[in-house]
Amino acid sequence: MRRSGFWVLCIAVLVGVLAVAPAGAGQSKGTVKIATQSPLSGDQAAVGEGIKLGTQLAIEQLKGPIEKLGFKVELVPFDDQAKPDVGVANARNMITDKEILAVVGHYNSGVAIPSSEVYKEVGLVEISPANTNPKITDRGLPNVNRVCGRDDVQGDVGAEFAKGQKVKSVYIIHDKTTYGQSVAEFFRDRAKKLGIEVMGFEGTEEKSNFDPILTPIRAKNPDMLYFGGIYSQAGPLFKQAREKGIKAKFLGPDGVDSPDLAKIAGSAVVGMFYTTAAGPVAYYPKAKEFAKTYKDKFQKSPEPYAAESYDSAAIALKAIEAAIKASGGNLPARDLVAKEVRKVKYSGITGNIAFDSKGDREKAGYFILQVVSEDPAKWDSNKLLERKEIAPPAAK
Amino acid sequence: MGKGWRQPFPFFVTMDIPLLIAIFPQVLLDGIILGFMYALIALGYTMVYGVLEFINFAHSEIFILGAFVGVEILLTLKRWALLGAVSPFLILAVLLLAGMAASGLLAVTVERVAYRPLRGAPRLVPLISAIGVSFFLQDAIRLFESLWNNQFNLVYPTMDQLNVRISLTENIDIPVKSIVVIFGALFMLWALWLLVNRTKIGKAIRAVAEDQGTASLMGINVNAMISITFLIGGAMGGAAGVLFGVQYSLINPYSGFIPGLKAFTAAVLGGIGNIPGAMMGGLVLGLLEAFAASYLSLLTGGAFGAEYKDIFAFSILILILIFRPKGLLGEVVRERA
Repeated sequence: MRRSGFWVLCIAVLVGVLAVAPAGAGQSKGTVKIATQSPLSGDQAAVGEGIKLGTQLAIEQLKGPIEKLGFKVELVPFDDQAKPDVGVANARNMITDKEILAVVGHYNSGVAIPSSEVYKEVGLVEISPANTNPKITDRGLPNVNRVCGRDDVQGDVGAEFAKGQKVKSVYIIHDKTTYGQSVAEFFRDRAKKLGIEVMGFEGTEEKSNFDPILTPIRAKNPDMLYFGGIYSQAGPLFKQAREKGIKAKFLGPDGVDSPDLAKIAGSAVVGMFYTTAAGPVAYYPKAKEFAKTYKDKFQKSPEPYAAESYDSAAIALKAIEAAIKASGGNLPARDLVAKEVRKVKYSGITGNIAFDSKGDREKAGYFILQVVSEDPAKWDSNKLLERKEIAPPAAK
Repeated sequence: MGKGWRQPFPFFVTMDIPLLIAIFPQVLLDGIILGFMYALIALGYTMVYGVLEFINFAHSEIFILGAFVGVEILLTLKRWALLGAVSPFLILAVLLLAGMAASGLLAVTVERVAYRPLRGAPRLVPLISAIGVSFFLQDAIRLFESLWNNQFNLVYPTMDQLNVRISLTENIDIPVKSIVVIFGALFMLWALWLLVNRTKIGKAIRAVAEDQGTASLMGINVNAMISITFLIGGAMGGAAGVLFGVQYSLINPYSGFIPGLKAFTAAVLGGIGNIPGAMMGGLVLGLLEAFAASYLSLLTGGAFGAEYKDIFAFSILILILIFRPKGLLGEVVRERA
């Protein structure tokens, strides 16, 4: 009987594991976990990976105080694939694990909004490094916060910049997602008020063939082409637009901010403008050290929103530490952590962070940059044209 | 746009007739290019259906494999700094041959592994097997590319000579690569027509399509003919993949799915099993899509945008199939004893 030998071996291994396991865990009071949710696979994985790695770095560097209280700190990365249904399914998974005390994520507002409704059921706090849609915080959920700016402000900043560039007409395309469409609408509304002619406003889910959309644009010859969406779609769109002979200036929101855009579109995006709520690492004095460690550890420059993720995780760690102390050194309740997050005043690598009563950052930075090179490795050195600190608009 | 002729109906208030006319030739051209792409892919569906009465849903991945082989060769040439040194037309020919070989062989392998053992089974069984193969190939390509390049999106390097635009009139011009796409597709369709109608192999394939049992009694090796059918259909798909990559430049492991689905539709539209039908169906679908995407928002004053292009194209398709259920040129159906 060859089989029985195999089973004996299995049982022997199992007994061995069981005997060793409790001995290892005996020292600590338990584990606290910080989860990330971002696209780790698929066409938006480049930025999603940065969110995970930024969080990972923060946990490794800043977990000391919590470990002194007797808890291990672990990172649990989830892949939301930039899809709302996957994000919600992951969230359902997360809330069953009581050791998960905070979520850093997401990348896409359209994923963050439904997922945060699930976190809310158990009071699990979400700190978003990258979600700029106003609805993230305007719903007034006690557990949702963000360290980045908002699209209503970002759209305005973009339109005002366009006006400053003497743009008289603009053609707007968006990706039909919660994020892309709404930032494009904010841009459109502000542009109209500023007297810029809006020649067209189109949504498309197309990923490869933009010819039929570009043909009318070429005929109308706008001064500027605005794309509300993510770099993986912006790349082929801008590339084909230049190939088709469209001479308009290009402008996009923070979704187009990724070295992968240069990888996809090459020389077509040199000179392109973009607005973002994630300042380039080079412009934050405190972020230099972060950028260097990141590069040494992961062999690549920090993606946009990696620094914001670092700060989000740092705030989560501070809040968890405070919550553990408040619960007499035991594993704290999730809503207590959420309350502590709102109290944190933190001087992070992206500046001073404090949240208002809705969870918006009290003063968020908005930046306008211009692409300088078709080389993705030089994305870091894109030229900063304007920088603003703007408080979120008052609640309606 | 003050110069436009305005109609009194509120729905058409913003319609700008001179603009509509000015872009017409360009839209026609966009549609033709897209249509030929669909036609080349559709051949794979239609040939296999003609012979086996079975829809090979893995064909969309066989198609995108061609695009991946093309981009890998181009990236290698770029690494060796040969991209600017060699004539782009020569490179393109190499890409096409390599893409055709890879996709053709993959199609034959898929048939041998996943369909032939199921040949006697009820019809739904190989269909489900095909869907499984499709998922398997998508993720196999994704796995390979993540390990090999650590990339999800792959970009065709630009070949400047292929991007030169030839002006036909003031408002309409065409890049060299699109001309290559059109003539490449026409050439392959012509070669395929010759093969099927003018050679012994073509005759044997047609005999197998007519009646497998009788064909084998006449001394035709049925399995070999079915393999050849898959080889040709796959090779056409691979060529389409390379052309797709050159034309639209960005590919990822899931890029094949939507064009594959559209090409399948084109095959049904033209009459599945019918080779000239596949070509015609591809062109009709490509043109419908291009016109819908360019004109819908102009005609409706922005009420319906380009995002409705598929709804519009497929509505027309349904109408055509209501009045001609066997497709534009008629389905090729075997006589049953």
